[in-house]
Amino acid sequence: MPLKLVPDNTNIGFVKLRFIAFALTLALTIGAGALLAVRGLNLGVDFVGGLTMQVEFAEAPALDTLRGRVDRVGVGDSALQEFGNDRTILIRLPLPEGEEGAVQRVVGKVRTALEQDYKGVKFARVESVSGKVSDELITDGLWAVGLSMLFVALFTWFRFEWYFGVSTVVALVHDVVVTMGFFALTQLEFDLNIVAAVLTIIGYSLNDKVVIDDRIRENLRKYRQMDIKQIIDLSVNETLPRTVMTSVTLLAALIALLFLGPEVIFGFTAAMVLGIVVGTYSSIFVSSSLLITLGVKQRAAGSEDARAKGAERIG
Amino acid sequence: MLDFPKWKTWSMWATVVLCLLLALPNALAPSTLALIPDGLPKSQLPLGLDLRGGSHLMLEATALDVEKAKLESLEDTVRGELRSAEGGAIAITDLSLNRGRLTFTVTDLARLDQAISLLNKATAPLGVGNAREVEINRGSVPGQVIVTPTAAGIAAAIDGAMAQAVEVIRKRIDELGTREPTIVRQGKTRIVVQVPGLQDPEALKALLGKTAKLEFKLVDTAADPEEVAQGRAPPGSQILTSQEGGQVVVKRRAIITGDQLVDSQVTTDQNGAPAVSFRFDSTGGRRFAQATTENVGKPFAIILDGMVISAPNINEPILGGSGQISGNYTVQTANELAILLRSGKLPVELKVVEERTVGPDLGADSIKAGIIASIVAVLAVAGLMIMTYGRFGVYSVIALAINVLMILGIMSAAGFTLTLPGIAGMVLTIGAAVDANVLINERIREEQRKGRGVIASVETGFKEASRTIWDANSLNIIVAIIMFLFGSGPIKGFAVVLSIGIATSVFTAVTIVRWMVARWLTNARPATLSI
Repeated sequence: MPLKLVPDNTNIGFVKLRFIAFALTLALTIGAGALLAVRGLNLGVDFVGGLTMQVEFAEAPALDTLRGRVDRVGVGDSALQEFGNDRTILIRLPLPEGEEGAVQRVVGKVRTALEQDYKGVKFARVESVSGKVSDELITDGLWAVGLSMLFVALFTWFRFEWYFGVSTVVALVHDVVVTMGFFALTQLEFDLNIVAAVLTIIGYSLNDKVVIDDRIRENLRKYRQMDIKQIIDLSVNETLPRTVMTSVTLLAALIALLFLGPEVIFGFTAAMVLGIVVGTYSSIFVSSSLLITLGVKQRAAGSEDARAKGAERIG
Repeated sequence: MLDFPKWKTWSMWATVVLCLLLALPNALAPSTLALIPDGLPKSQLPLGLDLRGGSHLMLEATALDVEKAKLESLEDTVRGELRSAEGGAIAITDLSLNRGRLTFTVTDLARLDQAISLLNKATAPLGVGNAREVEINRGSVPGQVIVTPTAAGIAAAIDGAMAQAVEVIRKRIDELGTREPTIVRQGKTRIVVQVPGLQDPEALKALLGKTAKLEFKLVDTAADPEEVAQGRAPPGSQILTSQEGGQVVVKRRAIITGDQLVDSQVTTDQNGAPAVSFRFDSTGGRRFAQATTENVGKPFAIILDGMVISAPNINEPILGGSGQISGNYTVQTANELAILLRSGKLPVELKVVEERTVGPDLGADSIKAGIIASIVAVLAVAGLMIMTYGRFGVYSVIALAINVLMILGIMSAAGFTLTLPGIAGMVLTIGAAVDANVLINERIREEQRKGRGVIASVETGFKEASRTIWDANSLNIIVAIIMFLFGSGPIKGFAVVLSIGIATSVFTAVTIVRWMVARWLTNARPATLSI
């Protein structure tokens, strides 16, 4: 007997729950937004400039002593952080003032100082980004996220109706804000990799929503007399096994990466895990029910017949 | 849907086999790889620096510096052209470089026109059309000439300088003996240097961060020390800092520059300390000989990147075309300077604006962890799929395996690099492929529940799900393309894998699985479906 994550003929009244869901979503979004505003993101050197050194010691160093040693080099206040295990330390230093080449000299100084005091110290990774480049990376990142959302909205509008575009983008904004709020909460480093994760979350959350939207459109045409609330409930329930199965499978893969994968992609996978959970939630509870609030018209969706027929031939 | 025309089957499997052949070299040892004749696929997927260790450096030139350098070379042109003018040298005064232009005054007004036409000839027109690299105008003062580089001229100068800089950097890195450096221009004023497997990037940075402009200039012994103390140099001279401390006033015009050097080696000076020897080419040697003959007894300054290294007296003419620089050198710094002089000066100063260095051990650890995690992830996905969908799950897993190999094959052939974010992208692509199969299989289940027959269920399942898969993946492609266009570094690597992966996963998860299902249905003619 095959495994079924969602039993046959499941019928959950998602639409009835919509006001609770809307309230929860609003609260989550505002909460995450507030966290972002108050605590802010722990921006990596990609976005604020400066330098990070991943240093491996032969034995676990006392952090206070190490911090004192680095600060005595006189290159600004250091921030230390264990990375994966207690022998691996991330040392963050601010962007030195003055000309841009100064960053390079700082690395040299710290290296000399640590090699003197700690036997067998290894610099596993050094990243330095100048202020100008980090500004560009911020701009590029914002453009990438912003444009993705815009094109998603346009595409959904073109393929479906404008309500679908709006409801999808509202749900996506929620997904992105909550994910970023998680980074504000945990103070995990927010770097370029995380931007890639956010973009992927947009992609996957979108997948979920398109699948449900597609089913709603199909059912709108099939059951012309049925109430819109019923249609949405039917569509969400019909696609529920798929939604759950895909999310569970992805989560299984991501959790393997999270715990067994290299430390460098920990933040990335953590963001993805959260994003999948949040995206699945918003697909099931928010984006489709939002269509009711936006006043989806049965007739309007029905007139899509001609366009939809064209799409069917593609498959 | 059971009807699969022969040509479709053949072209489908031909595509798969082609991609697998492209992926095959990755599984071969280098010795086996060497046996493959040319013309057959033999390129392996290169690993990114984050996986195998190495340094990524982004260097940037300031456009202003290039403009300055351009003006300085214009100064040389002006002086050279006017000195060798027909009918004797044309005398000029008040030559100055400021506010992005060069001005001078021709003393003999009668020869002003000749001077302007000479310069017009000497400065090159740019490509096609009427664009010129400089504009030459008369100034308000009689006899004054103003030479202004045009925007197009500056752009061409920047372009030329960057192209030349790439060459110089390549020479310097080759001197270090590192293998397979990647040196590419990025944008207008940037160069990205990637050197894999380098233990110590400091040596590399020391070599790249220096311009290595070597000049020999006469010391201006007539300068008034009081004026100099206030930072004012006599006309035609300039004040430079000395490496040994203090300041030296030198003539602005170099008697000779490092451009004419042909060789430079580490040597020892008369005290046994490390020093750097150099040798000029024949023209440079003659000029050096002539200059030293004319100036016996006077001091001259050896200047590197605007800093006076030493200012010895010319005791006797140096006729052999070679010389020696001694300062406070260690063997290492002397060797560095020798490499710099051998490979020539950078046409413009470059600054390191971004550095990412990964030690080789960390890279190896990342690969190991990445592989273990990927295997577990794939097993988890495969297990879930087979447990849930039985036979159809097995088909999906076969398609998944083909999918991963196809991505590797396409990436190897297209010359992309596999980075850590790329591996993450691969895992997510597996997600997309799984989703496609889940969509199809769930749809088949649904149709079965509605009481449809085996073939009708499968047919509707594929047809209805395909539309959704198409919609969802078009959107994903849009996001991937935006990531590729606007993202930098890790995001780009991720986007590449994602774009290729979306295409291959639709192909494998839909087309190949459908082929397998169709064959099974035609051959076994099952009465019921267990899905």
